[in-house]
Amino acid sequence: MILDGKSPSGPLAEKWSKHRQDMKLVNPSNKRKYKIIVVGTGLAGASAAATLGELGYNVESFCYQDSPRRAHSIAAQGGINAAKNYANDSDSVYRLFYDTIKGGDFRSRESNVYRLAEISNNIIDQCVAAGVPFARDYSGYLDFRSFGGAQVSRTFYARGQTGQQLLLGAYSAFSRQVKAGSVRVHTRTEMLDLVVVDGEAKGITVRDMVTGKISCYAADAVCLCTGGYVNVYYLSTNAQGCNVTANYRAYKKGAFFANPCYTQIHPTCIPVTGEHQSKLTLMSESLRNDGRVWVPLKKGDKRKPHEIPENERDYYLERKYPSFGNLAPRDISSRAAKEACDEGRGVGPSGFGVYLDFADAIKRLGEDTIRARYGNLFEMYERITDEDGYKQPMRIYPALHYAMGGLWVDYNLQSNLPGLFVLGEANFSDHGANRLGASALMQGLGDGYFVIPYTIADYLARTKPGKALVENPEFKKSVEDVECVTKKLLSINGRKSVKEFHRELGKVMWDNVGMARSEESLKTAIKRIPEIREEFWKNLRVTGSGDDLNQELERAGRVADFLEFGELLARDALNRNESCGGHFRVEYQMSDGEAKRDDENYSYVAAWGFRGIDKEPELHKEPLVFENVNLGIRSYK
Amino acid sequence: MDLTLFVWRQKSPKNPGKLQEYKAKNISPDMSFLEMLDEVNEELVMEGKETIVFDHDCREGICGTCSQVINGIPHGGQERTTVCQLHMRKFKDGDTIYIEPWRAKAFPIVKDLIVDRSALDRIIQAGGYMSNHTGGAADANAILIPKPAAETAMDAAECIGCGACVAACPNGSAMLFTAAKVTQLAMLPQGQIEAAQRVCVMTEAMLKEGFGNCTNHYECQAVCPKGIKVSFIAKLNREFIKAQLPL
Repeated sequence: MILDGKSPSGPLAEKWSKHRQDMKLVNPSNKRKYKIIVVGTGLAGASAAATLGELGYNVESFCYQDSPRRAHSIAAQGGINAAKNYANDSDSVYRLFYDTIKGGDFRSRESNVYRLAEISNNIIDQCVAAGVPFARDYSGYLDFRSFGGAQVSRTFYARGQTGQQLLLGAYSAFSRQVKAGSVRVHTRTEMLDLVVVDGEAKGITVRDMVTGKISCYAADAVCLCTGGYVNVYYLSTNAQGCNVTANYRAYKKGAFFANPCYTQIHPTCIPVTGEHQSKLTLMSESLRNDGRVWVPLKKGDKRKPHEIPENERDYYLERKYPSFGNLAPRDISSRAAKEACDEGRGVGPSGFGVYLDFADAIKRLGEDTIRARYGNLFEMYERITDEDGYKQPMRIYPALHYAMGGLWVDYNLQSNLPGLFVLGEANFSDHGANRLGASALMQGLGDGYFVIPYTIADYLARTKPGKALVENPEFKKSVEDVECVTKKLLSINGRKSVKEFHRELGKVMWDNVGMARSEESLKTAIKRIPEIREEFWKNLRVTGSGDDLNQELERAGRVADFLEFGELLARDALNRNESCGGHFRVEYQMSDGEAKRDDENYSYVAAWGFRGIDKEPELHKEPLVFENVNLGIRSYK
Repeated sequence: MDLTLFVWRQKSPKNPGKLQEYKAKNISPDMSFLEMLDEVNEELVMEGKETIVFDHDCREGICGTCSQVINGIPHGGQERTTVCQLHMRKFKDGDTIYIEPWRAKAFPIVKDLIVDRSALDRIIQAGGYMSNHTGGAADANAILIPKPAAETAMDAAECIGCGACVAACPNGSAMLFTAAKVTQLAMLPQGQIEAAQRVCVMTEAMLKEGFGNCTNHYECQAVCPKGIKVSFIAKLNREFIKAQLPL
């Protein structure tokens, strides 16, 4: 099927305002008759629930955490982009749009990206009005910094905790609506199925994680704001609870999954120490503003960093990309680190690490300035590694961080299933094959505050409120299906823990579907994953019961979905015979090792439809049409 | 290294709980405290036993989910560190470690080391926000904010809502938590408009939830993983008194 992204016609800069005029509205007094389910309380979910509640809709909000304030958006450190041009350095909406399209390696939808750039300025205004304590300069104006993939300074920040502050801002607005009674919040509640009635999304089935009770909720529309899926790699910078379950189960109910192979590897994470490791910790790439990345020139150089003289160091990012230097985009920096380590020039006990050195910046600016800028990151680094980043270079290595792929949505953020809207990292729409730093926060809040309130009305205005009730047989069936899976997980009583299976899957994913992929490695993954999956259903051991709080059971359900989803991800990567952004196929590279796109054959969104667990998914294509930018080679040299 | 753990196990709020002994063997000093517990849980699964449940999520010290009292100290006693960021190199081979949940009247136990902290959410719901609508905000630079005010607001805003302050306080008080939000918003010109109303409703909500009052023990500041200072409690009191005065 050829999918239509439903981009409005007309000039790029006028699409969104024209579309807003064309969309239908719901009368203020009718809004309360509509119920909207919002799953997830991160930036997208909290801002959407708050805004929809404020407009007068009835909102049911769900999160697996014990409080909506703990969603993983909270961990974003560096900042949020906006085209304010406060720096007077020639920034503009168009430039932010262009940087984002180019950063995404020309694999995103022009109209969505332009809209994102357009609303970026409103987001900053909104957050300041809500009390987000952004950094200020001495005159009281907002401060800003530069970030990877851009040559202007457009990133606003709140120390190293921008995500936390933005999320708490959205959580405050959300809390206000809880108090007002327009948003009902269900914490420690996990979505385990999407309910589709007559082809439209009309509800969800959930498990109360404290009592184990499985029940369903009906609504007029469902918004999934359920984040990304990179925990399929076992080790990532995501929180332990981040999972693909909500999205994957929507996929199994007919929603298309777009570009799952576009995964982002973040260059500045703390290297792995051993088998026991449960997660990887990221340090904001804003560190690359002042830190210089290097490895020894010689292979296997085991000297301490300060014993290696300047002329025996290779500042490879500055050497390879003189105009962007240490601020080269994430995918490029990550791959360059992997190359250096694969050549045997990696540092640290495992050899999988490169130096991030602040010595020059400390000499130039003083330790106090560096401490003011990144103090919390240096502290975090020391806690984990027991090393002082002010005295010796930090060691960093790339780690899985973000999913550009997600459920397919049109310009209205609506999936191919009417009534199902997908926001934030959970959708695929704005970042193409690679996301630029400080753009995730922008997208999450943009979708929730400024897009969904308009576009959901256009759907609701065309549908009668309360069309589907929980008495509908589809709801009953959904609950039974979920109960059945839960019982099955508890009854296998095999010999391996959930964690062992997850780790095994993660290793297959990282080795074969990681930073560098090949036809051979992908075929290996596609063969191995179903084998692990088969063993999972025969040899898993989950202790405890389904009737109370059981973290093993929760994890088992999530890993069961990862075991199917990992295969989909690998299949998408195998289908895409080109390299672009975060998707690097070793067969498709330039003579200098840069990614080689194939615009003639792959300038499309790959949206996969579910056909059965052991069946190949169906490929639907949304052709990407570029009317405003030339598809250049993405050079940062 | 090998350790002996005494962990609080409690099936539900209705069942009585007790400290149970476990052995943690071959623990690497590079492990985080929670990774050490993961290892113990893996053993329990292999023995066919129910795992120790504990709250955790981001494991990088920012979500505020993890909540354990280790050897009597919420978050374990390393300065400005959450449990998830505490590493085993801070312990010695042969150590005995006592692990308990947050204990406070306003935080009922859910299971094992997990407590219900929704009372903190309800304090925010009472008034920890600006009552502005989405859309229509003035340009972000329309109202200037002096750097020192913005810095103080940010110092307060760093609170992660973990509740260690409550667990450490002999009165089970949530004054530090409430003060942090009141201070953050009161420092900003945008937040001053509702400051009087806010401090009253938040304080009222705090008392209604069963949190105690502050009697200046400063235990909250000592265990706060984000270094939130008790001077904010003074600010809260000042805002509260200001709100009682006639205009």
